[in-house]
Amino acid sequence: MLTIKNLKAGINGKEILKGIDIFVKEGEVHAIMGPNGSGKSTLAAVLAGRELFKVTEGEVSYFGKNLLEMKPENRARAGIFLGFQYPIEIPGVSMVNFMRAAVNEHRKFRGLNPLSSSDFLKLMREKKELVEIDSKLTNRSVNEGFSGGEKKKNEIFQMAMLEPKLAILDETDSGLDIDALRVVANGVNKLKTKENSTIVITHYQRLLDYIVPDFVHVLYKGRIVKSAGKELAFELEEKGYDWIKKELGEE
Amino acid sequence: MENIDEIKTINEELTGLFQEHVHDIRKNSPEFINAKREEAFADFKKLGLPSQNIEEYRYMDFGKLFKGNYTQLYEPQKLTVDFSSLFKCNVPELDSYIIVLVNGRYYRSDLKFKFPKGVLIGGLSQLSKEHPEIMETYYNKYAGSENNGLAALNTAFAQDGLFIYIPKNTEIEKPIQIINILVYEKDFMVHPRNFIMADDSSSAKIVVCDHTLTPWKYLTNSVTEIILGNNARLDIYNIQDENNSSAHINSVFVNQSSGSAFVSNIASIHGGTIRNNIHVTLDGERSEANIFGLYLTDRKQHIDNFTFVDHAKPNCVSSQLYKGVLDDEATGAFNGKILVRKDAQNTNAFQKNNNVLLTNEARMNTKPQLEIYADDVKCSHGATVGQINEDALFYMRSRGISEKEARLMLMYAFAFEVIGKINFAPLQERITDLVDKRLRGELSRCSNCVVNCR
Amino acid sequence: MHPLGFTCGEIASLSWGKQIDLLGKNHKIKIKKNKIKTASKQVPESAIDMENENDNIINEVTQGEYKYGFVTDIESDSIPKGINEDIVRLISEKKNEPAFMLDFRLKAYRKWLTMEMPRWAHLKIPEINYHDIIYYSIPRQAAKYKSIDEVDPVLKDTFNKLGIPLEEQKHLAGVAVDAVMDSISVKTTFKETLAESGIIFCSMSEAIKEHPDLIKKYLGSVVPYGDNYFAALNSAVFSDGSFVYIPKGIRCPMELSTYFRINAANTGQFERTLIIADDESYVSYLEGCTAPRRDENQLHAAVVEIIALEHAEVKYSTVQNWYPGDKNGKGGIYNFVTKRGICKGDNSKISWTQVETGSAITWKYPGCILKGNNSTGEFFSVAVTNNYQQADTGTKMIHLGANTKSRILSKGISAGRSNNSYRGLVKMTKNAENSRNFSQCDSLLLGDKCGAHTFPYIDVQNKTSIVEHEATTSKIGEDQIFYCNQRGISTEDAVGLIVNGYVKEVINRLPMEFAVEAQKLLQISLEGSVG
Repeated sequence: MLTIKNLKAGINGKEILKGIDIFVKEGEVHAIMGPNGSGKSTLAAVLAGRELFKVTEGEVSYFGKNLLEMKPENRARAGIFLGFQYPIEIPGVSMVNFMRAAVNEHRKFRGLNPLSSSDFLKLMREKKELVEIDSKLTNRSVNEGFSGGEKKKNEIFQMAMLEPKLAILDETDSGLDIDALRVVANGVNKLKTKENSTIVITHYQRLLDYIVPDFVHVLYKGRIVKSAGKELAFELEEKGYDWIKKELGEE
Repeated sequence: MENIDEIKTINEELTGLFQEHVHDIRKNSPEFINAKREEAFADFKKLGLPSQNIEEYRYMDFGKLFKGNYTQLYEPQKLTVDFSSLFKCNVPELDSYIIVLVNGRYYRSDLKFKFPKGVLIGGLSQLSKEHPEIMETYYNKYAGSENNGLAALNTAFAQDGLFIYIPKNTEIEKPIQIINILVYEKDFMVHPRNFIMADDSSSAKIVVCDHTLTPWKYLTNSVTEIILGNNARLDIYNIQDENNSSAHINSVFVNQSSGSAFVSNIASIHGGTIRNNIHVTLDGERSEANIFGLYLTDRKQHIDNFTFVDHAKPNCVSSQLYKGVLDDEATGAFNGKILVRKDAQNTNAFQKNNNVLLTNEARMNTKPQLEIYADDVKCSHGATVGQINEDALFYMRSRGISEKEARLMLMYAFAFEVIGKINFAPLQERITDLVDKRLRGELSRCSNCVVNCR
Repeated sequence: MHPLGFTCGEIASLSWGKQIDLLGKNHKIKIKKNKIKTASKQVPESAIDMENENDNIINEVTQGEYKYGFVTDIESDSIPKGINEDIVRLISEKKNEPAFMLDFRLKAYRKWLTMEMPRWAHLKIPEINYHDIIYYSIPRQAAKYKSIDEVDPVLKDTFNKLGIPLEEQKHLAGVAVDAVMDSISVKTTFKETLAESGIIFCSMSEAIKEHPDLIKKYLGSVVPYGDNYFAALNSAVFSDGSFVYIPKGIRCPMELSTYFRINAANTGQFERTLIIADDESYVSYLEGCTAPRRDENQLHAAVVEIIALEHAEVKYSTVQNWYPGDKNGKGGIYNFVTKRGICKGDNSKISWTQVETGSAITWKYPGCILKGNNSTGEFFSVAVTNNYQQADTGTKMIHLGANTKSRILSKGISAGRSNNSYRGLVKMTKNAENSRNFSQCDSLLLGDKCGAHTFPYIDVQNKTSIVEHEATTSKIGEDQIFYCNQRGISTEDAVGLIVNGYVKEVINRLPMEFAVEAQKLLQISLEGSVG
């Protein structure tokens, strides 16, 4: 479903991604691991269409279409969901209005009529239960005054609402205690089907205990330096990122 | 310099007009009002209109505004058309008392309901004659025309306007809706004079809607004096929706006694030039003033908000919030001042002005000021000029919401902080709707108005 | 010794001495006296105790004597009082200036005649008789000294007393000083050392003669002669000042500093400073100043111009301690100063830091014109007013280039019957795309007879810039004082601690030697003046 070929991108003339290749098939879970500053979040942002980052080279095709030509909202409607590392606070915009606008845009894209108010609220209720999110949170402005854990749960809730084909979860585990981590991971697992795929971006192996990847890629200095099965995550956890540096001949 | 010369000429013209028509101007007013008129005229001759050299009027070009062939009427018009059937306000069917003013004069009341005993509502000219006991004490007491050229001009020319008196211990639950209509077949100038008094422990809500019905240039120089007795409570909501070649100078002078609470919330939707001067004196302990404004401007509109909150007594609270969106070549100015006098200890004063500029041609000047002479105070102010938050925009787009819609939602959210302060649900709903339409550009014509003048 | 002119020990030993006594021995004595007084007024002692202590502390501060108030008894060579074209010509002649300078001065003088004194500031400025001022006065025999041995011992003494030894070996290493008394630079230290790396650090008079090309190119380029009333006056009659040129790629190896001293009576001081930082250079410059106590007001109208070319950085720090007048508001310096820098080249940076404690009236807005793309302007200020002092000070940040940044941090402290205003302008012009400003202006009130005011002006003309301004005004937190008291810290020490915390972010910007002393200066000026 997703083919990334030799992707190079940067910000303000500084190259961050230096040629990335990843192939994701339907139903697969890929984990991208790497030390801080390796370009993990940049990759996520580029896939979601953040204009701050300029793609300088390479291709990304998504279900055969050139993803890089699509606007962020069209990528979202086509089924790409980005779980933000730092979800944005939007004072004054209620969660309900925000989600209703988003859900109806997705429906319009699929040729469906907008949901009626009562159907929409019913959907909200169902999904809230599914991801175990506090129902009070959806009465507030988007992410405003949410704790770190609440923000992350809210991302998973939105993912449940929008039912993406490809979910990219950027450091969804960072800043979560073990209970919140379990809630978030369970949410992701419940939403998993044979058709949809997930890219989990993480620094630690911890999350991968709950969301078991089919492939693990190590991103280092803007390049995928190692790809293997889930055992690579354990190896990394055990030996640390210095091991990778050593393998690359760096001290 | 050009501005000063122009203003000089205009001052002379206005002075001449007054002298020429003084007989008609005086005709329908009681003597004590005419006495103030003479004083004010002498003041105006001395002061004239403020030039741009005066700091508080730096972004107002009165030379340009007053230049032109404005008609002024010195005698009441005979109105043959029923304006209330012709016109429906943008805030229709608000279960309210409706008062209509046409061209600055009291026209009629559409009283579906009966007012409590002792409440006086009507035209200033008539009621000041019928109830001199109130007006003799208070007329022009707080408008300070001795050092304010615009107030002096109004006091000299004013003949009529709105008069509201709410007696002690009287609570009016339903809002009183004032519909201010300007309609003429030429460029037109008017100096309405309004007087509102909420006596001790009374309370009321007033909604003022300003409209123009024909596409001529209107120039309004209004003065409103508002007096709140002890523990009185008065909310005034103002929707300014005039055509974009008109100018409205709206000067409000509020005097608050102990324990009183005042709210002013102005939504400036349309209008060529709008200048709001809100002067509030917290003249009694434990009084509270809340002053809010929202302005949505585009094309060549200019919106200029001036506030002056005078903490004259201890233990008072004031809060000001002004927010605006400036599109196209619109310009805006905010000049707000908090003064805490020497003995006004335990003051809490707060002021905020936030602006969003949508184009490189739009321009905003903001100048929040604190002048503080007491030490036991908590005062703060903030001002920002910026744009729609790009991170928020991307976040929304990444959920599939189109850029245009996301921008609108964010602008609306920005504006909502002010609308949210309207503590009267039906009105809040209607203004919400109005703002939403304005932001979507669907208000370029008065959809509710059969005249379709814009 | 260090450039500000005093050491810790000295503070205690000089007339500030009784206030530096943080342990409060002297306070205790005074409090006792007060107790006797209150007893005689038949007010319950315990209730009034605290209040008295506070009054006492305020008195202490207001009675504090200005440490630098002495007069040097040296003969001056002055020109007659008053100002006219002949005086302007005479000044130029006395200084042997080339024709272009006389021309500059005359243009400025003629412009000045057409101007009016600015009245917009929140200041009550008494009428100034410009014909009653001596515009040029130099200590006799004050030709610029070649060697330290030639300097008049009386002058040497004066500067020693101020903590500015003119002998290089006595200096803290790493600080070069230009010492200016009245209208002339007395001695510039480390000139030769600096010259080795191509740095020019000399008096303005010398620069006019020896580097006329640089002067012609840059003098008046940032503050034009007709910029404002006081700048025009300065341009007409300025006497001396410092000149700095840092060549391309040079990081100035030591702090440069000018010490200004007004000595002669009835004179005005009109110095002029010009700093040029060529591409990729760096310099940190300090300025200190004092004046004798006199009952008459004296005028100080200086102009400082800074030019930062590509990738250059200039840090300009001031500790302004002119004589503030006595506790009744008599005397003191009128400090009407125009300071402005231009970030002319891309990626350049100018940073102003000021600690303003002196002067009867301060009118001062050090600003930055951010012309180069990606350039940065900063303004960090602490302004303290006490007694009858008045200050109207702030900054102007004019954003012209794209991606320019400015940061304003102003901390005002008012005590006594003083008035302290922040006034600042942030302007984003059309071309200043993606520019950013953040301003924070806080005011602290100590006592209920003073005023604290904030007047920011924000003007934005493009849609990609962001300007944010925040300001707060409050008195010192009673809960904070109580918290300190509960931990055994006396109220006056607590105030000191809290004020230090309040100004810390600014003080930390000063070069080390300055910071320590500035902090002490503040603590002393405000010790215990909580109302």
